[in-house]
Amino acid sequence: MLSNTRALLLCAISSLASIAAVPAFAQDFITVASTTSTENSGLFGYILPMFTEETGIDVRVVAQGTGQALETGRRGDVDVVFVHARPAEEQFIAEGYGVERFDVMYNDFVIVGPDSDPANTRAAENAVDAMTAIAQAGASFASRGDDSGTHQAELALWSAADIAPEGAWYLETGSGMGATLNTAVQVPAYALTDRGTWLSFENRGDLTVTYEGDPVLFNPYGVILVNPELHTHVKAQEGQAFIDWLVSDAGQEAIADYQVGGEQLFFPNAQ
Amino acid sequence: MDSPFLIAIGLIAAGDPALTETIALSLKVTLTAVSISCLIGLPLGAGLALAQFPGRGAIVVAFNALMGLPPVVAGLLVYLMLSRSGPLGDLALLFTPTAMVIAQTILILPIVISLTRSVVEDLWAEYREQLRSLGAGRLRAVPTLLWDGRVSLVTGILAGFGRASAEVGAVLIVGGNIAGHTRTMTTAITLETSRGSLGLAVALGIILLLITLSLNAAAWGLAQSARGRLG
Repeated sequence: MLSNTRALLLCAISSLASIAAVPAFAQDFITVASTTSTENSGLFGYILPMFTEETGIDVRVVAQGTGQALETGRRGDVDVVFVHARPAEEQFIAEGYGVERFDVMYNDFVIVGPDSDPANTRAAENAVDAMTAIAQAGASFASRGDDSGTHQAELALWSAADIAPEGAWYLETGSGMGATLNTAVQVPAYALTDRGTWLSFENRGDLTVTYEGDPVLFNPYGVILVNPELHTHVKAQEGQAFIDWLVSDAGQEAIADYQVGGEQLFFPNAQ
Repeated sequence: MDSPFLIAIGLIAAGDPALTETIALSLKVTLTAVSISCLIGLPLGAGLALAQFPGRGAIVVAFNALMGLPPVVAGLLVYLMLSRSGPLGDLALLFTPTAMVIAQTILILPIVISLTRSVVEDLWAEYREQLRSLGAGRLRAVPTLLWDGRVSLVTGILAGFGRASAEVGAVLIVGGNIAGHTRTMTTAITLETSRGSLGLAVALGIILLLITLSLNAAAWGLAQSARGRLG
């Protein structure tokens, strides 16, 4: 009975599928789960057409936080994940969901805050000091709170500072980087952001970069093919072609060439 | 921030292909969902109005309540069904326009069913004797009643269209906001907001409102002329 119902449902939805989604052109495509930082910064809009022209493979990007992107990969809903949270990526592979992690590029995180810098983070010796100063001053801090790569990096800083971030000054937006920055502009609050999103973000208000440059703020991006042995529908060949291109000279040059307002956003570092 | 109105006018005047594509996809998805909801919802709503069976009240209440289903919950349910790890994963429908049609249909269908039931119930109470004297049973009365209530029904269907075309939570989850593939007006507005391009975001909102306004004006015009002909 149950299988009958399921068959009927499948049948109904398939016929619906044929009505609504006749592809305009039959082209190879892969689906990639990536992060809001790569999509919002405009990087994909710049490099993907080059890849598609070279290989004929269309790349459909779903931009999510790193945590959600890895979960989408775990469920097998994409062919490739392109994210930035090294420990979470290694766990993803250790659990058998991904094949292998490739270094692609990096940028860095910066601390942005009100130009008046109430916590005096400009004088901080290092990033942990800056975060400690914010907490001690009780200055507002807008956190992603969404298990994204940026959120994980922020939590690592609090942990290094031996601070449990909580209280009225600590605002968890539970949103993407852009939405969190929009909140930080209004409060105004400090926030940790990747430099790419910050440089391409237009609604900066009174916010400015108040702390940058500590090596601990290094933000590497990795790309991983979802394990085709676990999810047999994964387009392993096309997905690997995309990864190969990203780490090739052509891909690395394309990444290095992308600029916003005369500044390079991402620095290629494939081995 | 440039004036959103100027940006909107500029976008329309330039006929930007990415914008045209986004508008076309939004309309295609929502109009498909509205059509499917009408095909299922009009007969089902009318049937519910005229049928009498135990538990009918519970079903009526359930459909009324479903009108308030949060879009993000509808999206999440469709996501879990269509995900590769879900029961319908083999169909490979996640992150496609079809997935968005399914999610929007779930949002609109309760509106069409509940409104049809309410309209047909009232009309049946009013014309019951008349229709019976003409020899029309409950089943045969359905087309007549639906036709009689068409002006109210169109308003309800437009409300359904409005709910679907205005929502972002469901289509974002099941569509993925993929550029050129599943990006609709509302997910594009969300994206531009997160980029801090607030002017462009509002401009897209203005364009979406203009589209909704035109559709409503057309429907209102049709209803007026229908009344005039009968009047």
